[in-house]
Amino acid sequence: MNILCAGINHHLATVDVREKFAVATHELTEALARIREIDCLAGAVIVSTCNRVEFYAASVCPIRAIEGLRSYLAERTGGTEAPLYMHDSPRSVRHLFRVVSGLDSMVIGETEILGQIKQAYAAATECGATNRHLNKLFQNAFHVAKQVRSETQITRGSTSVGSVAVDLAEKIFGGLAGRKVMLLGAGDTSERTARSLVSRGVRTVIVANRTFDRAARLADEIGGLAVHFEHWHTAFEEVDILICSTAAPHPIVTVEKIGPLLRHRDGRPLFIIDLAVPRDVEAAVNDLENVYLYDIDSIEQIVRQSLEVRKAEVVRCEQMIDRHVRSFVSWMRTHVEHFS
Amino acid sequence: MDSNLLIGATFCFLLSLGCTLPVLRSGRFRPGSANLVAMVGGFLLLSVSLSQRGHVEGSCPINSLFDVLVFMSWSIVLIYLLIGPPYHLSLMGAFTSPLVLLILGFAQLAPLDRAATARVLRDPWIELHVSLSLIAYGAFALAGIAGLMYLVQNRQLKHRKGGALLFSLPPITELGVANARLLWLGFGLLTVGFAAGFINGMPVNTLKFWTSAAIWGLYGGMLVLRRTHNLSPRRTAALSVAVFVLLLCTLPVIQHLSTPK
Repeated sequence: MNILCAGINHHLATVDVREKFAVATHELTEALARIREIDCLAGAVIVSTCNRVEFYAASVCPIRAIEGLRSYLAERTGGTEAPLYMHDSPRSVRHLFRVVSGLDSMVIGETEILGQIKQAYAAATECGATNRHLNKLFQNAFHVAKQVRSETQITRGSTSVGSVAVDLAEKIFGGLAGRKVMLLGAGDTSERTARSLVSRGVRTVIVANRTFDRAARLADEIGGLAVHFEHWHTAFEEVDILICSTAAPHPIVTVEKIGPLLRHRDGRPLFIIDLAVPRDVEAAVNDLENVYLYDIDSIEQIVRQSLEVRKAEVVRCEQMIDRHVRSFVSWMRTHVEHFS
Repeated sequence: MDSNLLIGATFCFLLSLGCTLPVLRSGRFRPGSANLVAMVGGFLLLSVSLSQRGHVEGSCPINSLFDVLVFMSWSIVLIYLLIGPPYHLSLMGAFTSPLVLLILGFAQLAPLDRAATARVLRDPWIELHVSLSLIAYGAFALAGIAGLMYLVQNRQLKHRKGGALLFSLPPITELGVANARLLWLGFGLLTVGFAAGFINGMPVNTLKFWTSAAIWGLYGGMLVLRRTHNLSPRRTAALSVAVFVLLLCTLPVIQHLSTPK
């Protein structure tokens, strides 16, 4: 028995090509049934995410099965020319283990892919499209992903501005439940950051924008309050996290302006995230007691740091995966299944 | 005091430190792991050791500087085990074990009189006074450690560099709260301990009295200023480290002046 993998991913094709291969959830049952009709094919699993479309299959005759898969894909995409990859075991096994561990993802070490592959496998088993070898392969893959995540630092740190902001806020305040956030300026990144914070328990979001209508609209969308830009400092006393992203040409949050306001905060920390360029917050604000100021450069430096740590861990992950590939391949050799 | 038990306890604290530091450096610290187990082991060995010494001396084993240092190490670990889990500060063990090792190491290596000494005047109030004061010192030691962790975390956050230590240490707000609560705990115990000393009515050496009063006043003053928001959490943290170092320096003097001549 051989494990086959055919597919296309973000490394090889742009989204306009990938979308032609995508298999929507409602098409899955039919697509699996069609693939199972391919000669010499004993089972199949289809993984279709925004970054990849992959077909995993078990077959005793890989050459005929690959040809069958090729003609199915050509028929499905209307003959679209695409840089497809076709692997048989052990390369296909290694490929799945790398994908499920997040090593093949756009952001190395991301964990969303594990859930997506679990869903794909569950859908295939529900349709009765898997066989013993594919079941064993995917169970092993989930075990490998878990081991890689727990025994290496491949998932360490945050890799987006929003998640770094949340991590830092938690290192300042502990839990974020009941905390208050103020958005000074309603840019896209600040909105996403605010949404990340809300998803972790932040209670109130106050939006102050030069265009009040935009502030009101955003406040309405994320369940917050809008205040007039000129009056932002009146709501400042209760705020724990300040996110700035105005288009002002000079700093609007200065030591002179917030120094006196800090005296009324009873020593509560203030976390300022300055996403604006040019910066909205005077650098000296970071020297104030209980104030932690992060500008876009310092947040991106933490993102880069996390990515570097993850990249450095890839070698260890690959070694771990190699051991599991060898073990799976030797299991396959001792469990030969004759296709009927 | 059975030296094997003390060596065993010292080894446990060394193990706690040895287990935690490499894991901390790699950025994969998980609270409540090896360091906690080693700390519990060290605590049990110290408890047995103190119990044996108490039977020999016929009183709470706090009759010499050697006794006091061992009892204080035990107090520090006791307070750590009591406050650690509720505040999720298991990492505090990584900071606590070096201090305990320093005190225990000094007790064992310095040329101190280690012979068991029976107390000349046996009075339960004096025993309560000394033991509560030493447990209060344990709380102040932990407050100093929480303060040190606060200062490290504050530096990490202010420097904006990220890194493993930033994400391994507890949130700075929790460290500030733990620091203040440990100071209150220590201050409360010290106050009760002093009151027990006064009830006895024994004559007190003037230098010992004023040294002890100064320490009590320093901690009390810090807490009042903190309570009225006139002392920031960072300054409270820095002061709790500084005052504890001062307290450690005065300990031999106080012990010397307390020994009945």
